[in-house]
Amino acid sequence: MKIDVVRAFEDEELKEEFGIPTKKVYSGDLCPDHMGIMVLKDAIFWAQNLHSDLLIIESAGLCLRCTPYTTQAFGLAVLSAVSGSNSPLKMAPMIALADMAVVTKTDLISQAEKEVFREYIRVVAPSIDIIETNAIQGTGMRYLMNAIASHPDITDPTEIVLRGSPPLGVCTICIGKKEIGWQHHFGVIRPLEEADNIYRGD
Amino acid sequence: MDYDQINEIVILPGTNRTGKKEGFEQIVIRTGDTLSIVGPTGSGKSAFINDIEVLAQADTVTGRRILVNGAPPSDDMVRDPAKKPIALITQNTRVIADLNVSRFLDLHIKARKKHYAQDLISKTIELANEFTGEKLTESMSMTALSGGQARALLIADAILIGGTPILLLDEVENAGIFKERVITCLKEFNKTVIFVTHDPYLALGTDRRIVMQNGAVVNVLEPCGREKNVMARVSGIDYFLWNLRERIRAGDLISEEHVVHRGIGVPV
Repeated sequence: MKIDVVRAFEDEELKEEFGIPTKKVYSGDLCPDHMGIMVLKDAIFWAQNLHSDLLIIESAGLCLRCTPYTTQAFGLAVLSAVSGSNSPLKMAPMIALADMAVVTKTDLISQAEKEVFREYIRVVAPSIDIIETNAIQGTGMRYLMNAIASHPDITDPTEIVLRGSPPLGVCTICIGKKEIGWQHHFGVIRPLEEADNIYRGD
Repeated sequence: MDYDQINEIVILPGTNRTGKKEGFEQIVIRTGDTLSIVGPTGSGKSAFINDIEVLAQADTVTGRRILVNGAPPSDDMVRDPAKKPIALITQNTRVIADLNVSRFLDLHIKARKKHYAQDLISKTIELANEFTGEKLTESMSMTALSGGQARALLIADAILIGGTPILLLDEVENAGIFKERVITCLKEFNKTVIFVTHDPYLALGTDRRIVMQNGAVVNVLEPCGREKNVMARVSGIDYFLWNLRERIRAGDLISEEHVVHRGIGVPV
């Protein structure tokens, strides 16, 4: 299942290449991770009805500040090596509660940047499992496949909860208020003087 | 395992695209060996060095296995780029970081968390400048380097900062570097080097040539000096072409006397 905001094509591509059942959900005005959490339980039952062994959910990761991982599932943060060495620091909340960080396209960057990228993931999540991959040649894929294959099955979908509280509550801007300035909004508000009080993940 | 404890890697055969076993029992590569991989485009040259780079365990498309010091490598060695004894530099290797040369090298030094000499950054730049005609300086932006400069710097970085005992160079000769100087330097540092190359000079200059066809190794040539005479001649031709290239790059009009090369019998 692919969750994206406006358009996505992965469902069609994967269905054609691997002949597996796929589905896509557009979140439109809603945050894609918010949407994902809304539909997750239905999606598990959809997969169960198809007798699938594995349900893969890919979210758009719109702002990269989320931790939409749940209990019983295997949480993967996918980071592109070409997004720059600082990107693990920018995506910190997304990495912090994941089980594994998968770095893609490592064949395209220099040795130094590979090492620095890994260092910065460790800064965010010191004990996270990291896999460097180049999917074209298959580099690193064996570790990813082993990790997925050895993850325990879901026992009870009704017991699944989020691992942390992502900053994705529907806010006044999400519901369509367009005014700028904290005076026009309610809920979580921040004047400039206290703007450093940002969400830092769990 | 420290880098200096690694003295041998062994490549065990996989299969070609039709599932037939490759034409060798094992390829043993010892410290300081030089090899080249030759074969037509699409014959599996890059896949071969990729198997070495990923330290394949019959889990890539080729089915090859790589042993380090006679045993399958540890997970740590395979997975941590700072512990892997292999550096791969290809024509696709890019530097994305928006940093200048000295900050880029400093970042790599810091990632290694080892004690390094104070002047390592300037030493690395000095070495890179031996490989390229377009001089690098500390304050140049990494993203603005030419292909030749970037390749020269990455090779110098692999030798001095990375310190990896095994270098895999995938068609780097096209990037405008002084290949003779690179080869002598790699020998001085006793590096094991594997070239993927279409360059006759580079291919003839290595101890062994691995010949690829249809996704598999079909032959391992070990000339043992039998190509020595040819090598001298190829070196002359190579120098001649280099000279010609430089003249064309400099904007010269090429006359007949430039291409009538004396002594080495280049067909005009």
